Amino acid sequence: MLNFAKFGNELYSGKRSYPFVAKYKLWFIIAGAAVLLSLIIPVVKGGFNLGIDFRGGSEFTVSQTQTTELDLGENAVTSVEPGLDPEVTNIAPNTVRIQTEQLSDDQTLAVRDALVEAYGVNADQVTSTFVGPTWGADVTRQALWGLVVFVALAAVLMAIYFRTWKMSLAALTGMAVVMVVTAGLYSLVDFEVTPSAIIGFLTVLSYSLYDTVVVFDKVRENTEDIGTSTRRTFGEEVNLAVNQTLVRSINTSVVGVLPVASILFIGAMLLGAGTLKDLSLSLFIGIIIGTATTVFIAAPMYARLREKEPALVEQAKKVDVRRRQEAKMRESADEEANA
Amino acid sequence: MARSGRNTAAKRTLIWLGVLIAVLTAALSGGVISNQASWAPKLALDLEGGTQMILAPQVQGGGNEITSEQLDQAVEIIRQRVDGSGVAEAEITTQSGRNVVVSLPGVPDERTRELIQASAAMEFRPVLAGSTGAAVPEENRTPAEELPEPTGEPANASDLNWITPELYREFEAKDCTDPATVAAAAEQPADPAKPMIACEPETGMKYILGPVEVPGTDIDDASFGQVRGTQGQSLNQWAVNIEFNEQGTQTFKAVTERLFGLSGAQNQFAIVLDGTVISAPTTNAVIPDGKPQITGNFTEESARALSEQLKYGALPISFEIQSEMQISATLGDEQLRMGVIAGLIGLVLVAVYSFFQYRMLGLVTIASLVVAGVLTYLAIALLGWTENYRLSLAGVAGLIVAIGQTADSFIVYFERIRDELRDGRGLVSAVDNGWKRAKRTVLASKAVNLLAAVVLYFVAVGNVRGFAFTLGLTAIADLAVVFLFTHPMMQLLARTKFFGEGHRFSGLDPERLGVVPLYRGAGRLRQPGEGKPKPRGKAAGAAAEAQRRQTIAERRAAAEKERAASVSGRSTDKESN
Repeated sequence: MLNFAKFGNELYSGKRSYPFVAKYKLWFIIAGAAVLLSLIIPVVKGGFNLGIDFRGGSEFTVSQTQTTELDLGENAVTSVEPGLDPEVTNIAPNTVRIQTEQLSDDQTLAVRDALVEAYGVNADQVTSTFVGPTWGADVTRQALWGLVVFVALAAVLMAIYFRTWKMSLAALTGMAVVMVVTAGLYSLVDFEVTPSAIIGFLTVLSYSLYDTVVVFDKVRENTEDIGTSTRRTFGEEVNLAVNQTLVRSINTSVVGVLPVASILFIGAMLLGAGTLKDLSLSLFIGIIIGTATTVFIAAPMYARLREKEPALVEQAKKVDVRRRQEAKMRESADEEANA
Repeated sequence: MARSGRNTAAKRTLIWLGVLIAVLTAALSGGVISNQASWAPKLALDLEGGTQMILAPQVQGGGNEITSEQLDQAVEIIRQRVDGSGVAEAEITTQSGRNVVVSLPGVPDERTRELIQASAAMEFRPVLAGSTGAAVPEENRTPAEELPEPTGEPANASDLNWITPELYREFEAKDCTDPATVAAAAEQPADPAKPMIACEPETGMKYILGPVEVPGTDIDDASFGQVRGTQGQSLNQWAVNIEFNEQGTQTFKAVTERLFGLSGAQNQFAIVLDGTVISAPTTNAVIPDGKPQITGNFTEESARALSEQLKYGALPISFEIQSEMQISATLGDEQLRMGVIAGLIGLVLVAVYSFFQYRMLGLVTIASLVVAGVLTYLAIALLGWTENYRLSLAGVAGLIVAIGQTADSFIVYFERIRDELRDGRGLVSAVDNGWKRAKRTVLASKAVNLLAAVVLYFVAVGNVRGFAFTLGLTAIADLAVVFLFTHPMMQLLARTKFFGEGHRFSGLDPERLGVVPLYRGAGRLRQPGEGKPKPRGKAAGAAAEAQRRQTIAERRAAAEKERAASVSGRSTDKESN
């Protein structure tokens, strides 16, 4: 078993170090490929599997039924149209509601007959209607507006707090990757996009920025006196900060994922489809990707953005000079020792 | 001194937390005792069920057909109305492309019902004549020969030629003190091109009004606020502000130009909603910019009411409740129970992981999470009472997710303490220094969460809004716990023997953390003040910082180098001897 405290010590002391910044090309290529795939997949697959809340659909109501067993309704619908995934709920005593995607007139009649038979009621006790989306265009528009305003304000907040817009840019790039890849994964595994999934998605974006701010705060601390120090180059300082907060990043994502995983497990295994599963899935994916993008995308990108500043190029030269001198001194000391 | 001083400060903070919890509990108890609140948080539509209303929109003057655009508009307006009355997460949808279905948790009160139904036939008409509301007794009525007789075609909406003898008779007979008359007014929409008689229930006045000059659809927005004097000081008087669109601005300018020159009742214009005058202000100036301000004997309440009526009145659709039924929870107890079980499992997993990672410090995590849980519960129950905040299953999931995010604040803090220990500090100063650094990080990162919550709450609608509320709530509870509980606890614990001496299971064991005692090879411990002469001034700080930042590996390398140098030094000495 890996000794975490020791692992943390080695990361903190710099004895163990992972090249997050140095290998930036590799991470960027991986991320780029993931983003590209995430953009292509929905196009190829023809969009997202939007739930009835977004598209509207057909709704059947069975009233005054003796049994309100949900399986009966589900089987009745699938016996007519095997491809459908109906949502059956017991909305009131002796009343069952069945929602499906929008059906044609013939299908509607067939499903209706099947329901009459399944629940053993009269034909007039089953009504059908077409319902519009509960999550209409206005909700989506407002949610998008909220997102845009949030991103803009967060960028300003970070730029003011860290006193550089480059951190904002790097953090937002990381967030954009999370956004696109999470959406791509949803499309890939064909999970239904429900309002709960969207809510989870928005939480993930906030989480992603949150996580980046925590790591960047350490970066800020480490690079505060970069101008007067010749110990490490800027990129190395950033890399050290990421390594030093790596134990935190791992612990945080584990602690964040554990409750989500338990909701996901219970939601998916014991309850089947529903709010819990939809919400926890997007969170599960998002927390993991969110933590990863901070470490692999946002931090290296920030280092790359700043490294080319004249002052830091100058500083990197000084670091190089000092290292050479030290190497020389060490050599001469060794020679002396050998002599 | 300083030590015990800090100790007292930590204790004082904990006492404040106790007071905070006690106050919240007392407030909630008060609510429960007076039967206004309940101990259990209120549940949302999906968990508790509620009332479903099917509304049939009716377009004024447009026949029975409603276009899909109008239906969308109707959904939007209803959502605004419902969202405006709290964070109850109502569900609004359309049915068969004709009706609007509104589902509300619990049983909606009369106010909500009225708000939803509130019709929107709003119009601005000039006042031609006005009097007190009661019907004029038969014997006092104007004799037939004295009735006003039009002398020609009316030239404009304010022209008294609109008043025919029949109209005047009707006006005299009208009894605005009878509520039935007022209620009946809404049922027969008046012809916008003709004069009408209307009551103003608020003041008990009745009026003869000219034809419609500005329809309610020309209102862009309406708000209310305090009247400001010329110096910007508050005049302690409430006013309602209207903003017209371009069309409305033009017309309203023309109307006020005319009315401003008239006197008596003709100087007034009436805002008519559903055949009833809701306000009949006098014209004190020509309004060229389409932004009139209505002042008068408004209270904050009545100003708000009028501005809302004006705002929502901008849509010419009214709604009729076709059916209303109680619906059971769509998700049911099963889902909620499972959600709570999932939360408990998650909590246990987090606890186990914390013990594994932080040994006894994990206890601090658990205790902090419990305190956060108590604070969040109290806040939810209280907000359920005051703001009609209701917990949906998504909200429950949000709370479970918050376990992880709250625990992160502790992780950030603990890791900083460990970093300080690794730098060779004693626990007490490691806690203080670690806190200084962690505090900044925690505040900055929680600011992002809070920002997301606030923005989504104010911009988004429906489910998203309720969820944003939960998110913000947990972020605040989290901050409160870190500042009021976790940090003071750590300050106190740092002085205990168990943690202070770094017991093997304390999670702060220096040996496990690979602390380099300030050790400099050859069995010598570094003495304070030994080593490089200290630079002065500003450079001193930077150098000290750089020294501190030096990683342990580098420090070891440096120590080794020095040892190598001293060894070689000795050997040269030998040679020279």
